[in-house]
Amino acid sequence: MSILVNKSTRLLVQGITGHEGLFHTAQMIEYGTNVVAGVTPGKGGDWFLAGKVPIFDTVRVAVEATGANTSVIFVPARHAADAIFEAAEVGIPLIFCITEGVPVQEMMQVRAFLGQRSTRLIGPNCPGALTPEEAKIGIIPGNIAMPGNIGIVSRSGTLTYEILYTLTRAGKGTSTCVGIGGDPVSGSTFIDILGLFEADPHTEQVVLIGEIGGSEEERAADFIDREMTKPVVAFIAGQTAPVGKRMGHAGAIIETSSGLAGAKIKALQAAGVRIAHHPEEIPDLLVR
Amino acid sequence: MKIHEYQSKMMFSRYGIPIPNGRVASTASEARQIAEELGVRVVVKAQVLVGERGKAGGIRLARTPKEAEELASIILGMEIKGLPVRKVLIDEAISINKEIYLSITNDRDACQPVMIASEAGGIDIEEVATRMPEKIIKVFIDPLLGLHDYQARDIATSIDLPHVYWRSFSAIARGLWRAFWENDATLAEINPLVVTQDQKLVALDGKVILDDNALFRHPDQVEMRDQDVDTPTETTARKYDLSYIKLNGEIGCIVNGAGLAMATMDIIKLFGGEPANFLDIGGGASADKVAAAFRLIVADTNVKAVLVNIFGGITRCDEVARGILSALPEIKTTIPLVVRLTGTNAEEGLHLLADAQMITAETLVEAAQKATAAVKGGMV
Repeated sequence: MSILVNKSTRLLVQGITGHEGLFHTAQMIEYGTNVVAGVTPGKGGDWFLAGKVPIFDTVRVAVEATGANTSVIFVPARHAADAIFEAAEVGIPLIFCITEGVPVQEMMQVRAFLGQRSTRLIGPNCPGALTPEEAKIGIIPGNIAMPGNIGIVSRSGTLTYEILYTLTRAGKGTSTCVGIGGDPVSGSTFIDILGLFEADPHTEQVVLIGEIGGSEEERAADFIDREMTKPVVAFIAGQTAPVGKRMGHAGAIIETSSGLAGAKIKALQAAGVRIAHHPEEIPDLLVR
Repeated sequence: MKIHEYQSKMMFSRYGIPIPNGRVASTASEARQIAEELGVRVVVKAQVLVGERGKAGGIRLARTPKEAEELASIILGMEIKGLPVRKVLIDEAISINKEIYLSITNDRDACQPVMIASEAGGIDIEEVATRMPEKIIKVFIDPLLGLHDYQARDIATSIDLPHVYWRSFSAIARGLWRAFWENDATLAEINPLVVTQDQKLVALDGKVILDDNALFRHPDQVEMRDQDVDTPTETTARKYDLSYIKLNGEIGCIVNGAGLAMATMDIIKLFGGEPANFLDIGGGASADKVAAAFRLIVADTNVKAVLVNIFGGITRCDEVARGILSALPEIKTTIPLVVRLTGTNAEEGLHLLADAQMITAETLVEAAQKATAAVKGGMV
């Protein structure tokens, strides 16, 4: 068992012929992900990887022809919101947007649009999701994970890999690892993913990887306190970050009175979450 | 990206928001000329991208053009919170009856823009929020529909604005919404919006922050970037597409990924060191980019040790090693270098670095301990 991504995933790649799209589609297929279609406007009729994956001009045609049930977006930032709208309009139930740098106004429009539909969006500016030995969507390296019962949810990319790998080396496997992205306005929140882990019978405990900026972690703490029965361990990055500077991620900024790591840690601790001082402490904090 | 008051007010003015008569000056004599043209008492305002300019003496009233020139000369020589004052705004002085606060920003939790108003204008809104939260009015704006007229009326009622001002207030609220939305702002703030003694509404101050992610669709905005806000190193970093922020410690960091870069800074601190910077070389960084990052870090004279922490995913560790090696001959640094490579091609990377007298580490904790020890001059 897992959440979001598994053997029944039928994946469509939007922007399959771009630099990133090409590279990561090959990686996803190698991992065993069932990639059924690609979309690049103007390249419909071509094939990806010597006849393995058909390419279509539009998402509508791709879904009609292949029954894709999940989409991953690798298109450049200026076209990313359009790609999300296109996939949502066609009714794809799950969309991952890997692209970094989508204007926040477009994301607010996306959120308002999705609010009237049943499509779930993860990202943008996220590494995707990985269910070990079943499927990976996005850019998480597949070789660093092994199957198990720990759910991982994170706002980060490489820090997530670091922690995933730390767990694997400690002999602890993962049910699903989900990156929700580092932008101020995203499709899914910690709460959305925590809820899925709580409902997943195979996930026994959860690792939450947060960072400075916004109040997502505080809201997650409230949710954990009220709704979760499974134990949660957390690490919050950015305790040494200065106020008012954007730390790489568009959403990682401490504004004058909000977004501080200390406040997030306090809120999580109050909800019974065990806090790791550094990533390598996490395996020891998990319930045996 | 923050823009200056004069740029913000010019933007507001294009959307029909009344602003004081005035112009920006780079020299004291220009300031005098503008004051002469205006022919009234003027306010000389330092144009620097920091708060509390007034408290620092950067906003002064001048009764005559000569006084405007003198004050401009003083203010143009000032540094406020470390930033040089290169321009002053010369605005006509306005007699004020009442000060209002009005802004639009993005609410991260609601995923919507929010218009914020308060009858307690002229002071920092964070201060109002702490001292008199009941005086803050918030109205959410649907990003697909925009600001409705009734919402502007709702705000006017909530801040007890007399009927006589409603028409002009609605026009200002609508103008502010359009300025915010059409320019991809993340903040558009008028503080204060004043009611003048001759019963007009005027935006006395303006502050706008633009979304860096949207600059591609506003080529005109790029020219407004004030280089003074960033250190020269930060500007160079931007040229190489490196995400760099200077800090005050002594351990330089080169990391791939923003989250991991923050975690690396944190762990350095945890083991008794102080990070000298935040630096994310990004995904799939080339040897050239790594070399540029390396040069940037060692150019900081505070740096006593460098920690390279790479988790190879898209980024290949051998490529990072090549970048470091290519920069070494030119830099000729004696600063100790602690390298930790994990993931894609880590073995190859470490093999390449084997002859270069570097300290290597297996884990993040070990890397942080070794870097901290290197700074303290202890045995590594």
